[in-house]
Amino acid sequence: MPREGILVNNPLTRITDSQVQQIHEASMNILSDPGLLSYNRKAAEIFQDHGAEVTDVSAGGSHCWHLKIPERLVADALSAVPKTVKLGARNPDNALIMDGEEPRVYFITGSETNIWLDVDFPAYVSKSDATKEIRVPEFHQRRGTVADLCDSAHVCEHLDTVDGYIRTVNIQDKDITEDNKDVNKFFASLNNTTKHVMSGLTNLNQMDNVVKMAEIIAGGKDKLKENPIISFITCLVKSPLQFVDDTTETFMDICQRGLPVAVSSSPQAGTSAPITEAGIMAQINAEVLAGITLGQMVNSGTPVLYGSVPVIARMDTLGDSYGAVETSQYNIDCVQMARFYKIPNYSTSGVCDTKIPGQQSSVERLFSDIVVALSGPQFLHCAFGLLDCNSIFCLLQAVLDDAHFQRIKFFLRSPRIGGKDLADMQKQIKDVAATPQKMFISYIRPVMRRRELSAPYPFEGEGDSDNVFALAYERLQELLARPVEHIDRETTAAIFRNIPGLLPRLNVYEEGRQ
Amino acid sequence: MSEDVLNMIKENVIQGRKTSDDEAIDEALSGTPGVLELMQSALDKKIPPEDIITKSLTSGMQIVGEKFSTKEYFIPDMLASAEAVGAAMDMLKPLLEAANVETRGKFVIATVKGDIHDIGKNIVAILLKGAGYDVNDLGIDVPKEKIIDIVREEKPKYLGLSALLTTTMLEMGAVIEALKENSLRDNVKVLIGGAAVSDDYAREIDADAFCLDGFQAIKVLEEFEKAGS
Repeated sequence: MPREGILVNNPLTRITDSQVQQIHEASMNILSDPGLLSYNRKAAEIFQDHGAEVTDVSAGGSHCWHLKIPERLVADALSAVPKTVKLGARNPDNALIMDGEEPRVYFITGSETNIWLDVDFPAYVSKSDATKEIRVPEFHQRRGTVADLCDSAHVCEHLDTVDGYIRTVNIQDKDITEDNKDVNKFFASLNNTTKHVMSGLTNLNQMDNVVKMAEIIAGGKDKLKENPIISFITCLVKSPLQFVDDTTETFMDICQRGLPVAVSSSPQAGTSAPITEAGIMAQINAEVLAGITLGQMVNSGTPVLYGSVPVIARMDTLGDSYGAVETSQYNIDCVQMARFYKIPNYSTSGVCDTKIPGQQSSVERLFSDIVVALSGPQFLHCAFGLLDCNSIFCLLQAVLDDAHFQRIKFFLRSPRIGGKDLADMQKQIKDVAATPQKMFISYIRPVMRRRELSAPYPFEGEGDSDNVFALAYERLQELLARPVEHIDRETTAAIFRNIPGLLPRLNVYEEGRQ
Repeated sequence: MSEDVLNMIKENVIQGRKTSDDEAIDEALSGTPGVLELMQSALDKKIPPEDIITKSLTSGMQIVGEKFSTKEYFIPDMLASAEAVGAAMDMLKPLLEAANVETRGKFVIATVKGDIHDIGKNIVAILLKGAGYDVNDLGIDVPKEKIIDIVREEKPKYLGLSALLTTTMLEMGAVIEALKENSLRDNVKVLIGGAAVSDDYAREIDADAFCLDGFQAIKVLEEFEKAGS
């Protein structure tokens, strides 16, 4: 049985059906004029072969083609694209089934950050009263390592609110190179969580090794097809409207293999897209549809997710503002567009602008996680532990995020208001009204035991104290101390025999490691 | 055999099962006799009330308290157990009186005049009863004259006054003044509780203690007992 996710009743909508249709029409117009630039020759040729108007606009040694994509090509792609996508998992019970027409939400981590944020709790003594001592969290930035990636996958494995894993940190160890980064990041992730693993690919040359590793774990090529334990994310369109050469090549390779892939675009309203909601929506929708169209032309029926990472620019820096309210608005609009096309949506929420966990981080991430989740995206890239607009990852923040994911998931449960429930309650009210004390407390326990009541905030301090960070840190240590179900010894040996470039220290069965 | 019944009563206290109709946390107990049915068996077997109290009721509640303090149990669990014990104590009351065995003391409790809020007061009453006190709950909106009459007639060791509102909490002071005027103040310990009141207010109106909740009330009473007052 796959993971259940949360089916959203009456998903939140922002734009009307008429506005959805208008955005679609505007995107179709954009795809045909001005169209896109393709810096990838093969993609340009594929579009040309399928009837797009393609003009070579190469100049100054840079190869580039201007594509004008007719609506017919997009319509053909939309009729070929699967409406349901399965993201498999090492433990089949952790598989995710995403139906483009069903607002069933799965919470998934990511994205890849360069900076890892450590925390400790030094003691401070009051100047006026030396007996008064408090412990205050201090955060320290450093470059992420493969050991960190293992730890974050490990924590993800033990948090039930998290349905799948996108690598959270860029591995920057001294012995990691362009040529071995992909195999090590996939292995570190897969070996520390039995949930689905999605990642981008750094080097297309490593694709064969990554897929071979997944096949070994899944039990063969066909088994990987049945249970795709890995998937990919590609940002093949650089906004505005440009197919990037290398990522487009990677994307086409993934499509040829028939593995699931999120077709993502991340325009910034104000710089790489218009500042208005109408403008960024027309453009991002055009960009994602261009990618989906290419994918279906490469391999009709290949599974894709409608990926959307729209963001607005901050007016003080023109940098990304994931914490801005507009960013959530765009994401909800994208959820609606994906549902219009009946394609599962990869949506973004929970990313904050601030660099450390704290009140700003809590407000920004909770706000967007709630509103975007309410709209019913299938793949909610919920910014587990992310800070500073996708630049910093902090495991303490991830554990704090789990606490608010619990609340959101609880909130999204279906209401139990059926005929029998109401009949039972009428009897209960009548019975209690007839008692001298008129209290319903004795009826609480069965409901409580069935886990139908939400839990209090897990990091609540005693009395007046606010020990949220310290209590979350204790929880983090407890999660890291729990064992994780690694890939078995025999399979690990086969992987290390067949896949070049893996770091020996990742083999947990080596002497002294387990 | 007696030990079996006593253990079963204790287990059902821990499970908060007053009768066989009550759900059990341990599903294996569902449908089996609860505290009241088992109490009847115990009395039929002539098991001494003191044994029932110490080996089943008090020791069961002690475990419930431990589970509550480790957050395995919540207040509804605690109340279910306390209600079961309270009902068991009602069954034992005539036997204890006949044998001249004293309870932990009589506790009269009331929400004062002008105030109709009673959730907190009711919870305190259940917990105190479960802890072995002989509780007389006078209800809500109780005039001071009635409280004075009851204190005079029943001679309780303790009087609990409850009020939720800043307007009605003033009535607590009036009750204490009336106790003084009727020369009853020295005979009874007065405990106050409710959202609007505090330690400071207790001192201001000359109450003996402010209790944040039922658990604190039990602690305060135990301290009074230790102090011999």
